[in-house]
Amino acid sequence: MIVLEHVTVSYGTGIGRIFAASDVSFRVEEGAAFGLVGESGSGKSTVLRAIAGLIPHAEGRVMLAGREMPMRRSTSERKMVQMVFQDPYGSLHPNQTVDQTLSMPIAIHKLGDSDRRISSVLREVGLGREHRYRYPHQLSGGQRQRVAIARALVLEPRILLLDEPTSALDVSVQAEILNLLARLRQIHGLTLLMVSHDLAVIAHLCERIGVMSNGSLIELTSAEALSSGRVTHSYTRQLLRSNRGFDRSGAEIVDAAS
Amino acid sequence: MNGTLTWRGWLLDPAPVSRRQARLGRWFRAWLAFRRNGLAMTGLFVVSALVLTALAAPLLVDPRAAILQVLTERLQPPSSSHWFGVDELGRDIFARIVFGARTTLIIVALVSAIVTPVGLGIGLAAGYFGSWIDAVLMRITDIFLSFPRLVLALAFAAALGPGIENAVIAIALTTWPPYARLARAETLTHRRSEFIEAAELQGASHLRIIMSQIMPLCLPSVIIRLTLDMAGIILTAAGLGFLGLAAQPPAPEWGAMVSSGRQVLLGQWWVSTIPGIAIFVTSVGFNLLGDGLRDVADSRSS
Amino acid sequence: MSDTPLLTLRNLRVVYPGDEGDLVAVRNVSFDLGRERLGIVGESGSGKSTTGRAIMGLVAAPGIVTADEMRLAGKDLTSLDERGFRRLRGKKVAMILQDPKYSLDPVMSVGQQIAETHRCHFRSSMNAARAAALDMLAAVHIRDPERVYALYPHQVSGGMGQRVMIAMMLIAGPDLLIADEPTSALDVTVQHQVLAIMDDLVRSRGMGLILISHNLHLVSSFCDRVLVMYGGRVVETCAAGELSKARHPYTRGLLASLPELGRRRAELPQLRRDPAWAEG
Repeated sequence: MIVLEHVTVSYGTGIGRIFAASDVSFRVEEGAAFGLVGESGSGKSTVLRAIAGLIPHAEGRVMLAGREMPMRRSTSERKMVQMVFQDPYGSLHPNQTVDQTLSMPIAIHKLGDSDRRISSVLREVGLGREHRYRYPHQLSGGQRQRVAIARALVLEPRILLLDEPTSALDVSVQAEILNLLARLRQIHGLTLLMVSHDLAVIAHLCERIGVMSNGSLIELTSAEALSSGRVTHSYTRQLLRSNRGFDRSGAEIVDAAS
Repeated sequence: MNGTLTWRGWLLDPAPVSRRQARLGRWFRAWLAFRRNGLAMTGLFVVSALVLTALAAPLLVDPRAAILQVLTERLQPPSSSHWFGVDELGRDIFARIVFGARTTLIIVALVSAIVTPVGLGIGLAAGYFGSWIDAVLMRITDIFLSFPRLVLALAFAAALGPGIENAVIAIALTTWPPYARLARAETLTHRRSEFIEAAELQGASHLRIIMSQIMPLCLPSVIIRLTLDMAGIILTAAGLGFLGLAAQPPAPEWGAMVSSGRQVLLGQWWVSTIPGIAIFVTSVGFNLLGDGLRDVADSRSS
Repeated sequence: MSDTPLLTLRNLRVVYPGDEGDLVAVRNVSFDLGRERLGIVGESGSGKSTTGRAIMGLVAAPGIVTADEMRLAGKDLTSLDERGFRRLRGKKVAMILQDPKYSLDPVMSVGQQIAETHRCHFRSSMNAARAAALDMLAAVHIRDPERVYALYPHQVSGGMGQRVMIAMMLIAGPDLLIADEPTSALDVTVQHQVLAIMDDLVRSRGMGLILISHNLHLVSSFCDRVLVMYGGRVVETCAAGELSKARHPYTRGLLASLPELGRRRAELPQLRRDPAWAEG
């Protein structure tokens, strides 16, 4: 469903050239859930944005559903892949009601039947009629993230990209959103690609996992292998240890360069 | 009483059931915040009074009184028959102030109608597209910014002849650049927002993103800036009028009225002072209104 | 551990008066703190940060702080005014916030900021303050203190910045350190270094530490004792190692709703909130 070949994103030229992602290749089968883990600056979000077509100058090949996608997408090519962002406060327009936010994609793609589509997608993400005409500041963090998911779903995409969808939420709300995503995936046969720094969250939702560091994909593994600690790369092992709570042995003090 | 209470409840309903209710509720909340600010309400009162005076001018005074010269009564002090006195050509100053409100309002409205779209358009385009479009548009803005307002207006009036229209064009030409900069700065703060990326991802065109996503966020600060600038615009118009480059006699214009009274300022103070007070009160009114609007906008964004 | 606690709180309440009724951010929180590491966990809006701020005297204007008893190292805090608190901060109690980028002055080198703090509290000479700052930077395991001393906040990484903050907060030798989500903005691999450094210093100086965090795993593995807050109340207190045996339905619900490595569940149990938790 998703095939990435040698995707590279860089900024600047010559010696000052910085690689946000270098030579990343992987594939995700239809209906599968793939997770990318890494720390900030590892390039995981860059890869996600390149797949979404938000980075026009990305190099390499991106194929979605067997079709090669140009880095600059047309309106119809946009419909297939949608994204949920990290910050539910920043990803919704502050001056628009839920209703307005959801009607825009319908208007762009001339899908018609706006009223029915909006109420059905709201029901699907667990929001009621009373939320439809609210502004983002009248909603809780979890409700906003549900609106963001509804906005992605309203176009009936086949691929859903998730950029740290729960890291800004409380743990109890995180559970609700993760359950919702798992359910939607099943109902719609969605292919999921999730990015997170939280191994447990990734391993909960995804079967296959890629570990990124400094712009490169350093290890491809599975949720089971990760859970049982069968990982090869030392960096992955360190990540794994860090995720298990505070542990002195994992805290060798290195004075990284500023 | 019960009726007003339910209205209030409907407007403040946290779960509105229609777009209209949601939007009206939002406006009503902003109004409640605005109403708490006493100075802002004073500003609103002054500006409303100006607008009402201008609209109802023919009802308040006989239209002919503003230009009717009764030379036998010239330079009479304020009295019960001439509230604000009479000027050097025997015209009733009250009537001229009332009709002068129209002139002022026309200038203000025309300048706003030119400056807002031009400033917004250029600023939005520069901020949104960036790169060379930004560079070119901002250099043009800088060039216009470097013209001294009154001098350009003088040149304009000299080239096109004096008159309100030319005064408006001259003022507008020198007023829009800060708006373009403001709109550009606002656009840049929102350009990389995730909601813009989301709109892009949904396939929204540049035009749609600019018009439906970014412009609504820039508009409040532009309107606030415009309200605060009104004082300056009115003063410039008055200055042009004072120099005889705006409204032409016998049309009543506050700046020209101040000018006409300057030879008799010591003996007959009211001829200059009363239009001066009108200019002052209106300017302060717009300023207070702008401050109040800014407070409401700030409290909403925080 | 000495017999008198370092910090005593009895019925701490923080109320924000509002148009539509008062908002009670902290309701009747009571606890004693010795020279130990206490964790406060809770979700957003649970009042955990407000509790920390109340101890520092940093609750902002409309907020009203009341307590039957609030004592830090024998000093009564309930009667203190802003000036009194200012004298207390740094010397007796210090606070580390989430993001060092916002806590450091961007136009002053980090070393100067630490030295300035030293001069402010001890009225020391320039040279003495500089020496103390360099020592302190070394104490937070910065390998080349001379170089880092001259760096500006934007030149240091998040982890280094947080170590600088620790150095700055500890230089006046407070008895109590309050760390409010000190590592939430950092990458996981750096988080533990920062915590380890903080832990070493707090232990070797015999200070008390309050770690405020939303991260249950982190708090339970780092602290000695954990307070769980919900709706402004402390719903449960337990030894950190025994968090998994927690009794309160809220704590249990929170723990259950966390995804866990090696325990794959089709669906995560969702927390059902009981309004009685905030009352009881």
